[in-house]
Amino acid sequence: MTLNRRDFIAVGAATAASLSAPAVLADGHGKPRVVVIGGGSGGATAARYIAKDSKGAIDVTLVEPSRAYFTCYFSNLYIAGLTELDDISHTYGTLAAKYGINVVHDWAVDVDRASRTVSLAGGSVLPYDKLILSPGIDFVEGAVPGWSVAAQNKMPHAYKAGSQSELLKAQIMAMPQGGRFAMVAPPDPFRCPPGPYERISMVAHVLKQTNPTAKILLVDPKETFSKQALFEEGWERHYSGMIERVGPDFGATNVTVDPEAMTVDIDGSVEAVDVCNVIPAQKAGRIADVAGVTDGNWAPVNAADMSSKADPDVHVLGDAAQQGDMPKSGFAANSQAKVCAMAVRGALTDSKVFPAKFTNTCWSLIAPDDGVKVGATYEATAEKIAKVDGFVSQTGEDAATRKATYEESVGWYAGITADMFN
Amino acid sequence: MIVRLLLPIALTAILAAGAARPEVAGDAKAGAALYGQCKGCHEIGKGAGDRIGPHLNGLFGRRAASHEGYAYSASMQRAGVDGLIWDFDTLDAYLENPRALVSKTRTSYRGMKDAQDRADLLAYLRSFSADPANIPEAAPTARGTDHTVDPTILAIQGDPEYGEYLSSECVSCHQADGSAEGIPSITRWPEEDFVVAMHAYKDKLRPHPVMQMMAGRLSNEEIAALAAYFKDID
Ligand SMILES: Cc1cc2nc3c(=O)[nH]c(=O)nc-3n(C[C@H](O)[C@H](O)[C@H](O)COP(=O)(O)OP(=O)(O)OC[C@H]3O[C@@H](n4cnc5c(N)ncnc54)[C@H](O)[C@@H]3O)c2cc1C
Repeated sequence: MTLNRRDFIAVGAATAASLSAPAVLADGHGKPRVVVIGGGSGGATAARYIAKDSKGAIDVTLVEPSRAYFTCYFSNLYIAGLTELDDISHTYGTLAAKYGINVVHDWAVDVDRASRTVSLAGGSVLPYDKLILSPGIDFVEGAVPGWSVAAQNKMPHAYKAGSQSELLKAQIMAMPQGGRFAMVAPPDPFRCPPGPYERISMVAHVLKQTNPTAKILLVDPKETFSKQALFEEGWERHYSGMIERVGPDFGATNVTVDPEAMTVDIDGSVEAVDVCNVIPAQKAGRIADVAGVTDGNWAPVNAADMSSKADPDVHVLGDAAQQGDMPKSGFAANSQAKVCAMAVRGALTDSKVFPAKFTNTCWSLIAPDDGVKVGATYEATAEKIAKVDGFVSQTGEDAATRKATYEESVGWYAGITADMFN
Repeated sequence: MIVRLLLPIALTAILAAGAARPEVAGDAKAGAALYGQCKGCHEIGKGAGDRIGPHLNGLFGRRAASHEGYAYSASMQRAGVDGLIWDFDTLDAYLENPRALVSKTRTSYRGMKDAQDRADLLAYLRSFSADPANIPEAAPTARGTDHTVDPTILAIQGDPEYGEYLSSECVSCHQADGSAEGIPSITRWPEEDFVVAMHAYKDKLRPHPVMQMMAGRLSNEEIAALAAYFKDID
């Protein structure tokens, strides 16, 4: 029998006394149990907020294979030499020590929604009352013909941070003088809409220092992209003549790569390159598919509590979720996680549930001290997370504004990572 | 991140260097005008009390974080324990870049670049320090706020529990421990100052676009709830 409050109300058989008692106690296993899969922007935040705010009343297990989480945010700055890899690495010790979260470093390989259990690669089986999935992204197979995960060392994606970021940076540093860097950008929707263009900026910055005659080829299947006017203005100002963008009119929707030959074929015209950053089309992290909560590439959710449209006891956060108007960003995943944490606590204990509110701001760096941002607020409607209001940096802003925007992003980084891991 | 690494060195260097900074003669009158940048947070003069920041009477010669009754940041307290005394050199360095001297200070001022401006401001501040019992009769700058708010709004009692939930939106950027790195601290403000500031964003009197957007959709009750919550957190 399902034992959360909503169902008590639905069957209409509950007395006032049983309504006010924490519902899952009736299941006979003591504290209610939450399992979170994925210790990134969405998962670490959700685990931390549920454990912190329930003050021990809910048992929280966080399943994450890596012992260190490298944020994708600021990984482009690492590629540019503006920050160290150590500065974007975070560990899970505080979540365990301060909040009593059971951190399990393993892969979730199966979800049985009927018996409400998660199986781990190491063989353990974890029962749950509520399951939260925040597995991030995987790549759509065959999205860029010629590329596969097996070729990711020759043509890195660096779209999950860590060793891939290191590899891409090393390849850029090893480029011959006057060589050519190429990026194959992804189609919508994908993780971090301004991410590829911030990366182009940061690669241009580092090449300008170390390899000023090098060229950058951006192959992009989209007509337009995030903060386009701001990026294009900045590229002209800081990296004039260095960056060439090939859009859909010139064949960028028909691209194949050859990782052995190090060539990119754009609608029949073959370009030899020295470094090739392939960012393929994306889909929800595989475990969402295994759990059976995806429809196509993503997992549809209800905006009010981020619960899966396929199962009220499963919540999906961050990049994997198909939620409506929010971009796939770390800020958004963190914001959704707090709404979800509140709803899960409300369902499992008697804590108050307030109306959902969501926010996002994405900062991007065009050159050192030249930062821009775009942001919006959102609300939950019956169909989706809907945008309420927003803003974007303006072209032609003065240097002091841009510097303050960059400094703000450094502050945001400290704030969000503390909100996930401290 | 890069900023953070430089900090301890800056503090040690200043403490060790003694009178290494040239003492520029300052003009207290010019300093009084510059104080306009400080008065949003700090009162000075007769009747001055603690607001967002501590009042600044009797500052010279005092050990950092030693003024009773004001809740300083942990890092300012540490600086005091480490021996930071406010004199011309240390205040000059602090004014130039607060975070370079005390890394996680709650002072959200970015810094005053011009050495003559700093000297002028310090001359003004010093005039309130010579003999704290005998503060000059200059008009007190108390009530440093830039905007007035309807008293019925100021009178709303905020619900700190609701504030705690709403605060989760704030702490994605503003650090919960009150440190200010590129984004100002919002912890332990007097409730009235918090409410006034938020309404100034809501009414688009203060310019920051993110804050205009965030405050713009908060109701009067929600702003009061946030003020009630942030007032007391450590
Ligand atoms: C270059 C770049 C720059 C970016 N810049 C910004 C930025 O400036 N601001 C911003 O807000 N966002 C930015 N982003 C986007 C941001 O990184 C993502 O949107 C965000 O991390 C998504 O959070 P998530 O929880 O969905 O996934 P992730 O943070 O990726 O976390 C997923 C976690 O799940 C784990 N996992 C996956 N499968 C399993 C499994 N089966 N079992 C157990 N664990 C599993 C993974 O190991 C991973 O740790 C950027 C992204 C990139 C690539």
